[in-house]
Amino acid sequence: MPPASRATVESTALAKFDDRPRGLFGRVRASMEKWTVKLGGPDMEARLARLIAPQNEYGVDPFGLDLEFAKAAMAPALWLYKNYFRVETHGIEKVPDGRVLLISNHSGQLPLDGAMIGCAMICEAEPPRVARAMLEKWAPTLPFVAPFFARMGQVVGTPENCRRLLAAGETITVFPEGVRGLNKTYDKSYQLQEFGLGFMRLALETGTPIVPVAVVGAEEQSPALVDLKAAAKMFGLPALPLTPTLIPFPMPVKYHLHFGAPMRFSGNPDDEDAELERKVREVKQAIQAMVDAGRVSRKSIFF
Amino acid sequence: MARDAVLITGISGNLGRTLVKRLHREVRVIGLDRRPFPGRPKDVEVHQLDIRKKKVEDIFRRGDVEALIHMAIIHDPRLPQAEHHSFNVLGTKAVLSFAAKYGVKKVIVLSSTNIYGPSPDNDNFLTEDAPLLGSQRFADIRDLIEVDMFAQQFMWKHPEVDTVILRPAHIVGPNVKNAPSNYLRLPRPWTLAGFDPMVQLIHEDDLALSMQCALKPGARGIYNIVGPGELPLSSILRELDRAPIPVPHFLAKPLLTRMWTSHLTGFPPPELDHLQFLCTVDGSKAERELGYRAERTLRETIRSVLGPNA
Repeated sequence: MPPASRATVESTALAKFDDRPRGLFGRVRASMEKWTVKLGGPDMEARLARLIAPQNEYGVDPFGLDLEFAKAAMAPALWLYKNYFRVETHGIEKVPDGRVLLISNHSGQLPLDGAMIGCAMICEAEPPRVARAMLEKWAPTLPFVAPFFARMGQVVGTPENCRRLLAAGETITVFPEGVRGLNKTYDKSYQLQEFGLGFMRLALETGTPIVPVAVVGAEEQSPALVDLKAAAKMFGLPALPLTPTLIPFPMPVKYHLHFGAPMRFSGNPDDEDAELERKVREVKQAIQAMVDAGRVSRKSIFF
Repeated sequence: MARDAVLITGISGNLGRTLVKRLHREVRVIGLDRRPFPGRPKDVEVHQLDIRKKKVEDIFRRGDVEALIHMAIIHDPRLPQAEHHSFNVLGTKAVLSFAAKYGVKKVIVLSSTNIYGPSPDNDNFLTEDAPLLGSQRFADIRDLIEVDMFAQQFMWKHPEVDTVILRPAHIVGPNVKNAPSNYLRLPRPWTLAGFDPMVQLIHEDDLALSMQCALKPGARGIYNIVGPGELPLSSILRELDRAPIPVPHFLAKPLLTRMWTSHLTGFPPPELDHLQFLCTVDGSKAERELGYRAERTLRETIRSVLGPNA
């Protein structure tokens, strides 16, 4: 990277907002931002510059996304993306411009699949964009997690929030399996769990295309032997999986992200569940097919 | 007598005085407040009366009140529950029924977005039809919810009156002395460690502007009123050069409760929820239908708490 261009990124970012944190935190953030640019490769700076958010003079958008913060804070996820999970995307060019729902399978105990899809949308999608994942309602009650997600552009998954973001032409990632998928035990790996119907109602209501996404690899990062449901309930957690390493520490598996062709549905969003289930099943089958094909085509779990 | 006057209840408060400054050159203003109004403009007639008093009806009986702006609503958390409940609910009931009885064409009631209540389940932008759950965690504000509900009921019962309910975000201003403004004036305010919700502030001048917009003939309904935008609490405190003290949320509530009961603080403990969760609203309906749009910038709005000379 030529040092001159790096300096321009820094100076323009600094000139834009005078609300940047000062002191130690400010220095850490500046060096994290450099790390992001370094990890991202030659065109990363240009890509980051193309990310848009309707920011006010304090550098945040109405939902609390702080692009400058996000660029710095994404560095560890980007490191996982590039060096640890060595994510390979397939068919990301199929993701259309404008509003879109990315519907993916969910696995791996920790929601790193969401982070990896997010990195792919910044590093490889055209145009680069911040994909918003829909958070569980308990996320805002978690100290430090809540503001971190908010500054990264993640939003609590209420239908109203989703509607608003789609109306603004945003990209939304939904894991319709929720924790049922994320925290399933290893014996159920790569079997899609029950899908929620909410995303389909929103897609029909707003005329948003659905891109099915299959994440292959995440399932093996921390296989869970049992889910201690009773203990989870006691601590108010959605699940308490027990992995061979006890805590769900992710192993360096290789990730493959398969993006399918956009699916467009029409119909009444207020149809009975049975009618919506039929449409949801179509999406689910598309994802399952990509998951199965992806497992066959990969060379090994780790390479 | 011509029906051309605007009656403002609670005129002697800071918001009332701001509104009068804006209005009295354009329309005839009559004021009603139990507090005196020092330095009132010469052309403003003020009745120093408790709004629950019988004599209030005399003001309406003259038949010259065209519009009523009702903002005599007490928020003082130190007052006994019974006192502010009676003043707010009975007072609202009294003036609204006089308005209907004596042919007032327009009624504007000042409510607030606090009645939605901060909560982890909230949408990022609550619309006017969101449930009013504010008293779920803060029981002492249920009179404010009752005032809002009563005004809604009044709106449906009296289609001949154009009723407007305004629900502004946290009002701030050089002279405003409500909880949010007082909080932002603390040199070392508490924050809840690990929480940094988006916050909406509105300048008192913008609130007065929204009332002016609501006075337009034909306007009726419930409107969220927002300032120039929303931003993280931490950015607001940084703009004001505050040195916040982060307190773990599980300690903050018991600690503040102790301080509250021993009169060491003016902040009732449930106010802490505003430092933890979202209570932000969608103000687009007011922009569409009332043509209201905040004129103050974010920076002006935030810095207004520092006083008139800052």
